[in-house]
Amino acid sequence: MAAADDVKQLREGFGAKILETVEFRGEQTLRVELGALHDVLAKCRKELGYEMILDISSLDHFGDDPRFEMVYELATVNDSKHLRVKAMVGEEESVPTATDIWPGADWHEREVYDMMGIRFSGHPNLKRILMWEGYPFYPLRKDFPLAGRPTEMPDLPSTGVAPLEGGPFVTCAGGEDTVRREPRARVQD
Amino acid sequence: MVSPSPNTLHTAYDSKIEGNVIVTRVDAAINWMRKNSLWPMPMGLACCAIELMATASSRFDISRFGMEVMRFSPRQADVLIVSGTVTYKMALVVKRIWDQMPEPKWCVAMGACASSGGMYRSYAVLQGIDSLIPVDVYISGCPPRPEALIEGLMQLQKKIEGEESTMAQKKVFFEDRS
Repeated sequence: MAAADDVKQLREGFGAKILETVEFRGEQTLRVELGALHDVLAKCRKELGYEMILDISSLDHFGDDPRFEMVYELATVNDSKHLRVKAMVGEEESVPTATDIWPGADWHEREVYDMMGIRFSGHPNLKRILMWEGYPFYPLRKDFPLAGRPTEMPDLPSTGVAPLEGGPFVTCAGGEDTVRREPRARVQD
Repeated sequence: MVSPSPNTLHTAYDSKIEGNVIVTRVDAAINWMRKNSLWPMPMGLACCAIELMATASSRFDISRFGMEVMRFSPRQADVLIVSGTVTYKMALVVKRIWDQMPEPKWCVAMGACASSGGMYRSYAVLQGIDSLIPVDVYISGCPPRPEALIEGLMQLQKKIEGEESTMAQKKVFFEDRS
C-alpha cells in the first residue's frame, strides 16, 4: 500500500522521533514525539501529498502521564491514502498548530481547545467554538461530569447541573438480556 | 303615494343601523382579533422545526387558524414557537429574540427539548426554556406531530380568549374614563 511506503519514508527521515508505527487492517498509524509533530505533518503535506486534514481530535488518558493524546487524520484528496498521526501531550504542554500546514485545521483545533483544554501555539484565533465565551470548564475531559457543573453565565440566572434521573441511554454492562442491559432509566448510586 | 314600510311596525328596531352593531366587551373583541391572526416567529432549532414546517404547509395548513404568516423578524411576530433543543449558547439568542418581540406576545415550547431539555441531559443544553422566558403552552412529543402543534396553538387561542390583557395594559386609561 502507498501509505505503508510513506510510513517507511517517514521512519527513515525522522528516525527515533517516530516512536511507533502500527498497521491494523490496512490502516497506518504513526506515534511521534510532540517535538517532531509539526515537522512530520509538514512533510506529509508538502512531500507525501496528504492535502487534506480530515479530522483533528484528542483523547484524555485520565490518570496517565502525559495525560492527553492528539490524533490527526490525514488523507489525499483522491482518497487513495489515509494516515493517522498521534502524539502524546502533557497537561502543561502546548501543541504546535497545524493551521500553517492546512488552513482547515483552524476549527478542528479550536474544538480540541474548547472541549479538552489543549492549547495550540501559533494558532491565529484560539477561542472557544462550541461553548460560550467565558465558560470555565473543558467538558470532554474524563473528570467532567456529563450533567455539567454550575456556572455563571451573563444574562442567564445560572447554568445548573442537568437532572440525569437515571438518564436516557444508560447501559449496564453484564446484564442478562437487552432489557436489563439497556434500561429506560436507572436509579443513580 | 308611499306604501308603509314593514319596518315601521317595529319602531324600536332600526335594522339599517342596529343590524351592523355588535355589543360586546372591548377585551372580548380585541382578543377575538388577536387570536385569529397569530403571527408566529418560527424559532426552528432542531428536528421539531421540520414538523413546524409541515404544519405550515398544505397538508396541515395552519392558515385555517390565521397563523400562516410566519414572520422572520421578531418585531412583527406575536407568538414565539421554540421548536427544538435550546443549548446554552443559543439560549441568549432566544432570549434576545423574545425581548425584541412587541407586546402582546406569547410563547409556545414545542417538543420535549424546549419544554424540559428532553433527552439532552447534559452540560450543554438548557433544561427547559421556562427558566429563560415565560411559556404559555407546552407541547409534548419528540417531535410532536403537526396535529399536536395545531392543538397547542388552539389551546393558546383559548387562553387568549380568556385574557384581560386590554384591561391590564390600559388600566390607567380606563380608570381615567370611569
